[in-house]
Amino acid sequence: LGAATWAGPALAQEEALEPNSLEEIRGYNNFYEFGYDKGDPARHADAMATEPWTIKVDGLVDRPGDYPLADLLAGLEAEERIYRLRCVEGWSMVIPWNGVELADVLDKAGVRPEARFVAFETTVQPEVMPGVQARVLDFPYVEGLRLDEARHPLTILATGLYGEPLAKQNGAPVRLVVPWKYGFKSIKSIVRISLVEEQPPATWNLTNPSEYGFYSNVNPEVDHPRWSQATERRIGGGLFSSRQPTLMFNGYAEVAPLYEGMDLRENF
Amino acid sequence: MAAPARWAQRINGWLRRVPAWTVYLGGAAWMVWLFWRGLTDFTLIEPIDWLERAYGDAALKLLVVTLAVTPLRRFAGVNLLRFRRALGLLAFFFVLAHLLVWAVLDVQALGAVWADILKRPYVTVGMAAFLLLMPLALTSNDASLRRLGGAAWRRLHRLTYPAAVLGAVHYIWLARGFALEPLVYLFLVLGLLALRFPVPRRAPA
Repeated sequence: LGAATWAGPALAQEEALEPNSLEEIRGYNNFYEFGYDKGDPARHADAMATEPWTIKVDGLVDRPGDYPLADLLAGLEAEERIYRLRCVEGWSMVIPWNGVELADVLDKAGVRPEARFVAFETTVQPEVMPGVQARVLDFPYVEGLRLDEARHPLTILATGLYGEPLAKQNGAPVRLVVPWKYGFKSIKSIVRISLVEEQPPATWNLTNPSEYGFYSNVNPEVDHPRWSQATERRIGGGLFSSRQPTLMFNGYAEVAPLYEGMDLRENF
Repeated sequence: MAAPARWAQRINGWLRRVPAWTVYLGGAAWMVWLFWRGLTDFTLIEPIDWLERAYGDAALKLLVVTLAVTPLRRFAGVNLLRFRRALGLLAFFFVLAHLLVWAVLDVQALGAVWADILKRPYVTVGMAAFLLLMPLALTSNDASLRRLGGAAWRRLHRLTYPAAVLGAVHYIWLARGFALEPLVYLFLVLGLLALRFPVPRRAPA
């Protein structure tokens, strides 16, 4: 059940996506809790405790509570989704995720009609997280989506890739994947999911609001103040790899209706 | 200045036996080795970004060492003066290599390079540092020293100071989130510059 068949129409006339190697996906990461060097997460994340894993689901839901991860996933079959991942820094990968649709998980808790946004939070384990100790950012890392974005069938909670459980530096045991947004929206190692009425805070947006918007949709026409977003470099091409054009919504044009009538330059 | 301490004299004795060309050779070997790693070491995963940073980092380190030559002599009696030209020129060539990797391997388009220089302050600042170093590299030879005369030549070469500050600022501006290392470079550069000025008398409160 690959994404290629499932997302067929949108991807039909495109290159077949060739996933990056496991070494690349596990060796080149942004997970600032473990430091800001791309190799830091692979160096330090092993010490993070991921078992048992409980996710607090609260806010505007019918059945709030501390859910063991297995309960949230029970009855849902993980499927493979081969997605592009575009980092705001101008590089990209292709990753064969295994996961479930976030909408199905939200339904388990029962979303109340007043809910308009979903807020997420990453675990904080200061004693094993050098980046938390160094206060690289204001932790815990938080992110958010509008409810319709969260319920979109492309949005998944990933628990593995290449058929293996997620490596800790990739956000074990469970992380968000929103393929049409810059990578930092896809929050890792989630310990809390809250349904809320108001737009929730998002770490990079709080850190530097002029550089990182709440929406952070991949958009080649809206530059980051410090670098262009028109092109990207696919990881794995070596010293002479050439840049390729970045696609609107990272190539997932089917999400465009979510933003109908919105000025995407204003709501970047 | 008092005679240097015994340990400093000992170091100076060793240093006298090291010809200055070894610094050029070492620097060139370092540069080539970094490029070779970028080309062949697949564990780097993203060699373009790595090489760009490695060259920039080497340039900053060399600038710091170059700026340390005078204070080292004045305060510790260790004399690296014979190597200063080589160190400074190497710093320039690492900046040049850093710039070329960025423009040719990373950005890959002249229009985009130009747009970045104009639009993005951290690139503008880095470019300014490079431009400040250019006349210094061009006059780092005995003929230029003679033509300009010692005083004018020394005045010109004080451009190293703003160039090093701009280089450190360029590095700080790159970081997303709080990064300690770029700040350490700025403090080092500012500290080494501060050592050059006579201790100012405190203004009465």
